[in-house]
Amino acid sequence: MTAQKLTFARAITEGLRASLESDERVLLMGEDIGRLGGVFRVTDGLQKDFGEDRVVDTPLAESGIVGTAIGLALRGYRSVCEIQFDGFVFPAFDQITTQLAKMRYRSRGRLEMPVVIRIPYGGGIGAVEHHSESPEALFAHTAGLRVVSPSTPQDAYDMIRAAVASPDPVIYLEPKGRYWSKDDVDLDAAPAEGVLDRARVARPGSDVTLVAYGPTVATALKAADALAAEGTSAEVVDLRAVSPIDFPTVVDSVRRTGRCVVVHEAPVFHGVGGEVAARVTEECFYALEAPVLRVGGFHAPYPVAKLEHDYLPSVERVLDAVDRSLSF
Amino acid sequence: MGTEATDVGSDVPLVQLVAPDGARVTTAENAAYRDRVAHLTGEDLRRMYRDMVLTRRFDDEATALQRQGELALYAQGKGQEAAQVGSGRALAPQDYVFPSYREHGVLQVRGVDPVDRLRLFRGEDHGGWDPAATNTHLYTLVIGSQALHATGYAMGVQRDGLVGTGDPGRDTAVVVYFGDGATSQGDVNEGLVFAAVNNAPVVFFCQNNQWAISEPTTRQARVPIYKRGEGFGVPSVRVDGNDVLACYAVTAEALERAHSGGGPTFVEAFTYRMGAHTTSDDPTRYRDRAEEDYWRKRDPIDRLAALLRAEDAWDDAWAAELDAEAEALGERLRREVRELGAPPTSAMFDEVYATPHAQVDEERAWLARYEEETQGDESQEVAR
Ligand SMILES: Cc1ncc(C[n+]2csc(CCOP(=O)(O)OP(=O)(O)O)c2C)c(N)n1
Repeated sequence: MTAQKLTFARAITEGLRASLESDERVLLMGEDIGRLGGVFRVTDGLQKDFGEDRVVDTPLAESGIVGTAIGLALRGYRSVCEIQFDGFVFPAFDQITTQLAKMRYRSRGRLEMPVVIRIPYGGGIGAVEHHSESPEALFAHTAGLRVVSPSTPQDAYDMIRAAVASPDPVIYLEPKGRYWSKDDVDLDAAPAEGVLDRARVARPGSDVTLVAYGPTVATALKAADALAAEGTSAEVVDLRAVSPIDFPTVVDSVRRTGRCVVVHEAPVFHGVGGEVAARVTEECFYALEAPVLRVGGFHAPYPVAKLEHDYLPSVERVLDAVDRSLSF
Repeated sequence: MGTEATDVGSDVPLVQLVAPDGARVTTAENAAYRDRVAHLTGEDLRRMYRDMVLTRRFDDEATALQRQGELALYAQGKGQEAAQVGSGRALAPQDYVFPSYREHGVLQVRGVDPVDRLRLFRGEDHGGWDPAATNTHLYTLVIGSQALHATGYAMGVQRDGLVGTGDPGRDTAVVVYFGDGATSQGDVNEGLVFAAVNNAPVVFFCQNNQWAISEPTTRQARVPIYKRGEGFGVPSVRVDGNDVLACYAVTAEALERAHSGGGPTFVEAFTYRMGAHTTSDDPTRYRDRAEEDYWRKRDPIDRLAALLRAEDAWDDAWAAELDAEAEALGERLRREVRELGAPPTSAMFDEVYATPHAQVDEERAWLARYEEETQGDESQEVAR
């Protein structure tokens, strides 16, 4: 094991580099990803090393980026498209949902779409409008897409490589608030089996299950620390993927703890948490000591930066939900 | 022209090689295009005529099948056979085609089986054929989306080193078909942007059939449609879309440019949708008989027939054989389309993903179990 401390962003860079090295049909496409290295520098240095034909500065048109990536896939190329910010994926929403997601299906498996859409998402960085959103449910609601979000640098590295290798289109959501967090990454390890569809128990516990993914895994872990100090043992399940959702891991956990709180930045209303709550209720009905609770954003547009910390699920709001669950 | 009401710039010059009466048109302006068809023999022209006649017959049969309830919907191509067959015949086998949904004549030329062409309209398949077999992509129903797929595909061709090799058996280009209405879509415009800056080997072939369902071209643009290409720095040309030779010539020119590394071209084929938009449409609500009559006199099939006769390339025995072939096509369609069954219920879950997806697998299993358990319950359901 040759682990090194890398930032989350750098772990993705290294994953992309490994993908570019291992398959010459892998391309990166996006706005400002070449010479600049992307606005978050995730593709830093890659154009210099792999050339302008493989790390492509595209015209400023998201539908064009994804639409041409589809055409390139039809010709046997595997494109990784960078969308600059979450709020700017919508010009490409049509190509992603009506074309990319359905191409394999409508061709009865004759056409393959190994396309990755990387989207920096989530809030907490004090940004202006359209730069802090969490659109995962919109994609998870579309059959044909895989929707994933890593929470650690190691997973970021493993999951981007797995996403590029996947024959299915993958929406790869990067929690931008975590870009600068550092942790050990083993660049030589083979990607863990099933990183694109298997949840991970980030912390074992016995009194309550906290379900999170992407940016809120860190929030849930902090809440678990605080709960431990009070004598409550919280288990944290990192979903990794919101399509598919690894329900067996969640259900197994809740059957043991009897309590479940789901945490995400996206609005609670019609969100992933509702899906988890329904499923846990169906499968753990007799094990549940309390209804499944959800902590997340509100059914309001993402607020101004001055208010975002009241909008985002904080450790305190997670603890409040756990208290409500425990007192049921 | 009788289309002032609907067309933008019907007075704009277009490339024409054969007049509506079947006479060759010889002008200084069309000399380069005449050169591009000079090698076509009587047999070549008869082959184009055959494609057009079989496409028309396919259209009539499919329309009738829809009327009989055998197809959910059908989009007629009647009137656009010259644009489709002329452009299609200019393609090399390795060139790749991205059709919209009305390009039955292009599919005819590419060799997509006539029954397979109707699977989508039958409601039996969302696609219907193997694109790799004929280098012809599936129909795309979201207007304009395929312009980007074509451009991306062409960018792949560039990366494969198959542009400007000088080998006509290897140089590869892409043709994307779309309508006048589609030129308003962002994806067509973005396709032009990406193709232009990448110098991609793609031909944007717009069939201006004067109508986007009920909206005339004047609702899409205030300049002739081909001018749109120029704005992107893409060489653009308007061609008489009912003149199969002119369509062949301008496409050959565009393909030569693409093959040799000269980049994209925008072609506007000025034609007319003689039928309804689809079998669900009622054109009497938005266009008048006089306009339809005007265009009926410019039927592209009549024009090619007149040319063949004028040049002694018409042969009655051959024409009789073609009639019989069209008859046989109709008979086959009537029989085999009816025989197309429904896929098994479980097929709705097939190929959603390439790799297992837990929720799809669960739901597939659930539905199978449900169907098994409720089998024989139908009588009860009716009773209830
Ligand atoms: C994005 C989108 N919007 C609307 C429609 C509905 N629709 C189907 S065909 C059509 C008109 C298309 O006109 P045009 O591009 O000129 O092609 P034509 O049908 O005349 O061949 C419309 C509005 C659609 N299929 N896709």
